Amino acid sequence: MTTTVLPRVNYLNVKHTVASWLLTKDHKRIGIMYLIVVSLAFLIGGIFAALIRVELTTPLGDLVSDDTYNKLFTMHGVAMVFFVLIPAVPAILGNFALPLMIGAKDVAFPKINLLSWYIFVIGFLFTIAAGILGGVDTGWTFYTPYSSVYSNSNVLLTGIGIFIAGFSSILTGLNFMVTIHRMRAPGMTWFRLPLFIWALYATSLVQILGTPVIAITVLMLAVERALGFGFFDPRLGGDPVLFQHLFWFYSHPAVYIMILPPMGAISEVIACFSRKSIFGYSFVAFSSLAIAVFGFLVWAHHLFVSGISPYSAMVFSFLSFAVAIPSAIKTFNWTATMYRGAIWWQAPMMWVFGFMGLFLIGGLTGLFLAALGLDVHLHDTYFVVAHFHYIMVGGAIMGYFAGLHYWWPKMTGKMYSNSAATLAALLVFVGFNLTFFPQFIVGYLGMPRRYHAYADEFQVLNVLSSAGASIMGVGYTLIACYLLYSFFKGKDAGPNPWRAVGLEWETQSPPIPENFTEQPIVTAAPYGYETRESNVG
Amino acid sequence: MADGLVAHVDSHEHGEAHHPDLQHHFETLGQQHEAATLGMWVFLVTEVMFFGGLLMAYLLYRVWYPEAWAEGSLELDIVLGGFNTVVLIGSSLTMALAVRAAQTGLPKATVRWLLLTMALGLTFLVVKFFEYKHKWDLNHIPGENFTFEGPHAPQVEIFISLYFALTGLHALHMVIGFGILSVITWMAHRKRFTPEWSTPVELSGLYWHFVDIVWIFLFPLLYLVDRVHQLN
Ligand SMILES: [Cu+2]
Repeated sequence: MTTTVLPRVNYLNVKHTVASWLLTKDHKRIGIMYLIVVSLAFLIGGIFAALIRVELTTPLGDLVSDDTYNKLFTMHGVAMVFFVLIPAVPAILGNFALPLMIGAKDVAFPKINLLSWYIFVIGFLFTIAAGILGGVDTGWTFYTPYSSVYSNSNVLLTGIGIFIAGFSSILTGLNFMVTIHRMRAPGMTWFRLPLFIWALYATSLVQILGTPVIAITVLMLAVERALGFGFFDPRLGGDPVLFQHLFWFYSHPAVYIMILPPMGAISEVIACFSRKSIFGYSFVAFSSLAIAVFGFLVWAHHLFVSGISPYSAMVFSFLSFAVAIPSAIKTFNWTATMYRGAIWWQAPMMWVFGFMGLFLIGGLTGLFLAALGLDVHLHDTYFVVAHFHYIMVGGAIMGYFAGLHYWWPKMTGKMYSNSAATLAALLVFVGFNLTFFPQFIVGYLGMPRRYHAYADEFQVLNVLSSAGASIMGVGYTLIACYLLYSFFKGKDAGPNPWRAVGLEWETQSPPIPENFTEQPIVTAAPYGYETRESNVG
Repeated sequence: MADGLVAHVDSHEHGEAHHPDLQHHFETLGQQHEAATLGMWVFLVTEVMFFGGLLMAYLLYRVWYPEAWAEGSLELDIVLGGFNTVVLIGSSLTMALAVRAAQTGLPKATVRWLLLTMALGLTFLVVKFFEYKHKWDLNHIPGENFTFEGPHAPQVEIFISLYFALTGLHALHMVIGFGILSVITWMAHRKRFTPEWSTPVELSGLYWHFVDIVWIFLFPLLYLVDRVHQLN
């Protein structure tokens, strides 16, 4: 590359006023604004988790009362699910990278993109207000009739917060879907799209079809609680299980809103750091769509002990097994991509290895829970808690950090310390396993979830769990430290520090406000690492 | 590849790039129009799912409590409901004519048809208000003060709850539509729409038709559950 002086104007320094950020329509700045709010939510949710783990170091409920404990795990769940896991990869990394990766100047609707950030923040503020005014204690699942009639906590305010934040997710999904359909650069055909884009497309499908259902469900709950309408009220002949159906019709597919985009990021990182094209590109692409579609057909596996008919339970059990197939296809293809690749041991790849190990365990233990008989034993025990944390933290959060470490040099133009990042990945991986693997055992032995006290014989495993959580906490704190340090003091990364293939790496770092100086034209399939490597020599 | 690039940039410069309504991140008005239209359709899909949750509850309880559904439905005023159905179908016609007028470059006719559409929408809302008022007077509002004489009073309360939720959400969509049409009418009055660019009129038309179609479903589902018995 010739050393012509790059225009040093970029999307970060083009304007400095606060208003230039708060009124920006630039997808890259909006991505950064999401990063700030989501990180704050992650910190808040993490503090709740820490308090939970401290309480559980002893069998007695001695640190907090049972009421307070109920509020802690509820607000931990609400903060992490609705304000971290769902927006993390689409709204932060997707917003930043999607237009760059398809060679567009912006998303299709930049104003709506900004609007969805504001909606998200307003929803977040409502939820925080609910926390400050005394919290909410229903569990993040808000099951009726406890939530609609009996709970004396801020169900209404939290519900409104989630309702509002849902529209942010819907609008992001809508925006991405239209962007992928209509904003691709010339020559960027569907089968030249990077797999991250396929994953975001599948995710927007879930956001568009699922999120409105949770919105109306929460609205029905709110109206029932506030005005005394009867939708789920058993005193009138209403059915609380209907609430569970409607809730999980969204909330199971929501798992795919959380996991599909990180899977997309994983595909990008694996290709780059194995210096190989993704093995079975179209299988990985279509498995995203398959997960999005079939993910809508398995929700009742959360209701196996809620009194649904055994015949429907059998069908849902079978479908829940079946939905594991596309995830397995992805895992096999990633492994095959790494096989005989020239693996480059850089920080983003460390997070990928962590993801592969943890997601595998999370996925396989999901099969235990999909089995009807075993689920009766394991339902509402710590086994379930461990399983979904392996998927949501071990899968989604590890994938998010893989993506964040991969695109960070592009987002900020700065490089972080590779050894610090490797250490953080290791700490989180070890800490995570130490936290959650004992929970599989303690759950299998019969410790129920959502109690602040437990039988004495479970203490050893719980102490291990709490110790692991503190290691994880150190890992996450370390990430915040070296990323912030690199942002202010880091070395310049240059346009393409990973020698990666993809349109986002062909513009400067950080990119100019319009992304590209010239409209890019695509002439080849993604991940041409083999040809590029042979060129480099 | 270089040739292609040059040709492309060229067409951008001399094409429709200078149209005042072309946003900077689109290449052509056609691309902008297609993106906006697709966005609207996707939005309407989310609306279908939004109403779908309530309709699921309706379906379940209707199967469980057919007698209560018949009783509750008889409480609704079929004349006012039928009148409103005709009004809304009429407003869909005037909306379609407004879109047509905008596409063919007739600003005065566009404004006229839009005003008529809004008048019909307002008529609907006024009638709906009196229907609600009547329910209020009879203490048929779900909640603590709900009173209803009949063998299935509790289940009728579920029916009436769903009636208010469905028609209330629909009325809210009408109010929002009324607001959108006010802005569109003002823009049409300012001669902002041309045969080249009338996307906002078309999109508000799509929205308006959607809201009408929701009512086309709600009317029979709520008002016509078991009218046959009334006739006999
Ligand atoms: Cu599930």
